[in-house]
Amino acid sequence: MIKAILIFNNHGKPRLSKFYEHYSEDTEQQIIRETFHLVSKRDENVCNFLEGGMLIGGSENKLIYRHYATLYFVFCVDSSESELGILDLIQVFVETLDKCFENVCELDLIFHVDKVHNILAEMVMGGMVLETNMNEIITQVDAQNKMEKSETFIFQSPRQDR
Amino acid sequence: MPAVSKGDGMRGLAVFISDIRNCKSKEAEIKRINKELANIRSKFKGDKALDGYSKKKYVCKLLFIFLLGHDIDFGHMEAVNLLSSNKYTEKQIGYLFISVLVNSNSELIRLINNAIKNDLSSRNPTFMCLALHCIANVGSREMAEAFAGEIPRILVAGDTMDSVKQSAALCLLRLYKASPDLVLMGEWTSRVVHLLNDQHMGVVTAAISLITCLSSKNPDEFKTCVSLAVSRLSRIVSSASTDLQDYTYYFVPAPWLSCKLLRLLQCYPPPEDGAVKGRLVECLETILNKAQEPPKSKKVQHSNAKNAILFEAISLIIHYDSEPNLLVRACNQLGQFLQHRETNLRYLALESMCTLASSEFSHEAVKTHIETVINALKTERDVSVRQRAADLLYAMCDRSNAKQIVAEMLSYLETADYSIREEMVLKVAILAEKYAVDYSWYVDTILNLIRIAGDYVSEEVWYRVIQIVINRDDVQGYAAKTVFEALQAPACHENMVKVGGYILGEFGNLIAGDPRSSPLVQFNLLHSKFHLCSVPTRALLLSAYIKFINLFPETKATIQEVLRSDSQIRNSDVELQQRAVEYLKLSSIASTDVLATVLEEMPPFPERESSILAKLKKKKGPGAVSVELEDGKERGELNGGGDRGVPDLTNALSTPSPSADLLGLRSAAPVSGAAPSAGSLLVDVFSEAGPAAASAGVNDDGFLRFVCKNNGVLFENQLLQIGIKSEYRQNLGRMYLFYGNKTSVQFVSFSTTLNVQTKTVEPLVEGGAQVQQVINIECLTDFVDAPLLNIKFRYGGALQNISLKLPVTINKFFQPTEMAAADFFQRWKQLSQPQQEAQKIFKASHGMDTEVLKAKLLGLGTALLENVDPNPENYVCAGVIQTKAQQVGCLLRLEPNAQAQMYRLTLRSSKDTVSQRVCDLLAEQF
Repeated sequence: MIKAILIFNNHGKPRLSKFYEHYSEDTEQQIIRETFHLVSKRDENVCNFLEGGMLIGGSENKLIYRHYATLYFVFCVDSSESELGILDLIQVFVETLDKCFENVCELDLIFHVDKVHNILAEMVMGGMVLETNMNEIITQVDAQNKMEKSETFIFQSPRQDR
Repeated sequence: MPAVSKGDGMRGLAVFISDIRNCKSKEAEIKRINKELANIRSKFKGDKALDGYSKKKYVCKLLFIFLLGHDIDFGHMEAVNLLSSNKYTEKQIGYLFISVLVNSNSELIRLINNAIKNDLSSRNPTFMCLALHCIANVGSREMAEAFAGEIPRILVAGDTMDSVKQSAALCLLRLYKASPDLVLMGEWTSRVVHLLNDQHMGVVTAAISLITCLSSKNPDEFKTCVSLAVSRLSRIVSSASTDLQDYTYYFVPAPWLSCKLLRLLQCYPPPEDGAVKGRLVECLETILNKAQEPPKSKKVQHSNAKNAILFEAISLIIHYDSEPNLLVRACNQLGQFLQHRETNLRYLALESMCTLASSEFSHEAVKTHIETVINALKTERDVSVRQRAADLLYAMCDRSNAKQIVAEMLSYLETADYSIREEMVLKVAILAEKYAVDYSWYVDTILNLIRIAGDYVSEEVWYRVIQIVINRDDVQGYAAKTVFEALQAPACHENMVKVGGYILGEFGNLIAGDPRSSPLVQFNLLHSKFHLCSVPTRALLLSAYIKFINLFPETKATIQEVLRSDSQIRNSDVELQQRAVEYLKLSSIASTDVLATVLEEMPPFPERESSILAKLKKKKGPGAVSVELEDGKERGELNGGGDRGVPDLTNALSTPSPSADLLGLRSAAPVSGAAPSAGSLLVDVFSEAGPAAASAGVNDDGFLRFVCKNNGVLFENQLLQIGIKSEYRQNLGRMYLFYGNKTSVQFVSFSTTLNVQTKTVEPLVEGGAQVQQVINIECLTDFVDAPLLNIKFRYGGALQNISLKLPVTINKFFQPTEMAAADFFQRWKQLSQPQQEAQKIFKASHGMDTEVLKAKLLGLGTALLENVDPNPENYVCAGVIQTKAQQVGCLLRLEPNAQAQMYRLTLRSSKDTVSQRVCDLLAEQF
């Protein structure tokens, strides 16, 4: 099971956090900090797996991560997941984001948190993988966007938009 | 067209985010956020009804603020309102907010459930998916109660869209994990299993997670999935790289699904049906063959996906542990990976080999890689990988290579990362003990450990070496000689001083014949370290000195002089001062015979599981030390509480309590904490010291020990022991209190008062005598506070005052009730009002041994119901509490989680105060 999915930048600023187990808000923030601390001090080109921090269950859980430009994508998983499989999953997630946002960059994640959550929800649900086929995911996201477009146009009122 | 165009979206939100990003300081950011929160709050509270768009925008802002780590305590209602909107965007934001922010706020859950119910029956697949996602994200019990019946129907219905099926499968899985008792598969089982055959690979992907979880819990009901999984796997493995179209990932057909299928098969033993087994073996061989083929792409994703399947296949081969041919091939494959240039593969190969090492077919094959693994330990750049290498060395160690492996690990320790040193030390200590042929090698190894990594040598390790030296007389002389030599080093670690002090104190006489290590030389050597040591070590050394006086009468004068010096006898530390005073007195008053008895050599320790092993298990979880288990050492007494470690050198003096007071430092004092046996003698010697007046505060810890038992010692100090015997029937009880005078002096004016009435006791308690008091108890109604017992007496001149809670708790009035599963669940459901339930989630503070748990639950007074909970790990109990006023039925469920070392305890009864009280009491017992 995937316990949590975290995205933060090179300075540890969270860009997405999704926990599939309940923690208090405080603990969630601490987990993000702890994870950043563990992951960011590692050299490039070392292996992509390490034992989880104490807060998220220590050696029972693994952190599997990839570092893309300014962002770290970290999946915290238990022993029932294949490490390499999760690496592929991260890749699928990033490629999907890239397709949806056209050359995704950190700013897209900042300004479209809700969209990123939606895309993730098409891949992972309740900590388990829902779909790994990128085209299928994008089809779903597209359909949602179409619905959204048709609605925006009806009720947007830019005057009072502040 | 990109799926998300960058221009659209909410301008107000974008502006707000930009503002935050432009903030120069944390303070400015907080100020801006507070301003926004105030704005949103006033908007939500305002009279003007907000349109959907504004609500959505504000909820989005709240989400963003939440992500930055600020608490959000409002907006929930607005989010719930968005759920009932007909517009997709509004509904979707509402659900998003709830998934991220709501955990189980009971009032809201009902509203949310309503909205979900509407969406599930809307037949709009998008809305249905949103609703299913929400259930999966929140996963609370109320939701399970509301939807556990509905979702399997959606999952297997013929007309459900594929995307909805996928969501329904995972939603059901989530509910099953959270509340397995509510998800009753029964009639759905076979249709769910057949989802493995579904046309749509996405459906299979989602369903397989569900099936894997259900199979691992109910293997028999789901065993038809094995043949289906094998045929699905075989179809994928044998397909050309383009057959599966979109599910082909970098030229590998459906890698994720393949991994999951192989995982599912690991829930079962090898298939019995020959044809199925043949097909599976063929698959596994194909996978192993493919690893040797040239890659179809240079991209790392291609090899990743391919190897993900390969590693799962190897795991399955290891799990079956029955095909020597495949095992050896797997081992060779992993051997290749050990030297692969990809760090990830080296890491995984080391990890898989660890499990392979415990198979009898492949243990020898794994051992051939020892040089590579040692090399990895020395040269890998990544500490995660080095750690796996150390794990593997530990796993592949046996009698033939123990010396080499221990030597390598020791030399690695000198440069090892701080983060793994302690674990390495434990492993070296265990291997050294386990494979020690001659114990001098063992002693050398442990002393080396202390020399190299003294800071990381935990108490368990040096206790263990002392236990072993004491138990084996063939090594005692060698140990004494070796520690003596080790102590000669100008700077030696404090742990070395401890071991040295202990061993010389016991066995210094074995080397005293040599003039180079004569008694006085030994003493001077130890004492030269004294001033550099911490208080506990100094205390230990003082005990060693008094042992010296017994071993070598010629050192008496020197040692007495040391004890008499101001720095000892007037030491500001109470413990040291007390030891100095008492040892000095002991050495000058007691006759040689008494001294020899009191300071006799330590008796051998009972043989038992090494405490180090227990520690390593605690550190790593049970999996990591599997090697140990095959040796037939059951992990029966894993609870460290029972381990006594090394008792005080002056063990004859210390209390016999098993409270693990390892060096007698925590008890009041080694001497005045007199045990009943040796007590009289020593109290005579030190009677002028006089024990301090007993504390007047209410003593609580005895109380909690009696929740699950009726007899035992309620209280004990230096003077008085109070034993208790009690029996209960219905709402009546009788309790016998035994007051034992542990001293040789009588207690005068002895009186006890209870805040309910009692018969009086004899006012005099003779020295060494015991008086008895009977208390009759009737339970009128349920209660929380226990009766207080106040005991007053005079001992010598001093008035003693002790307050105790009598261990009368509500559960004593339980009548066990046996019932069948159906009755239990019916009653459980009847007691479903929130106030009737009390629940606690807490960490295990003792071992989680099944028998102990059962004994405790029976001790509680309830009936332990077997075969009721679908999960055999859980316990359910039922009972009726009898009070004069009424009877209170009570149901209990205890769910241990051995992995997390946690429990969840749920109590339901017809009376809220009872649920709460029993829950509170019982939660302290585990």
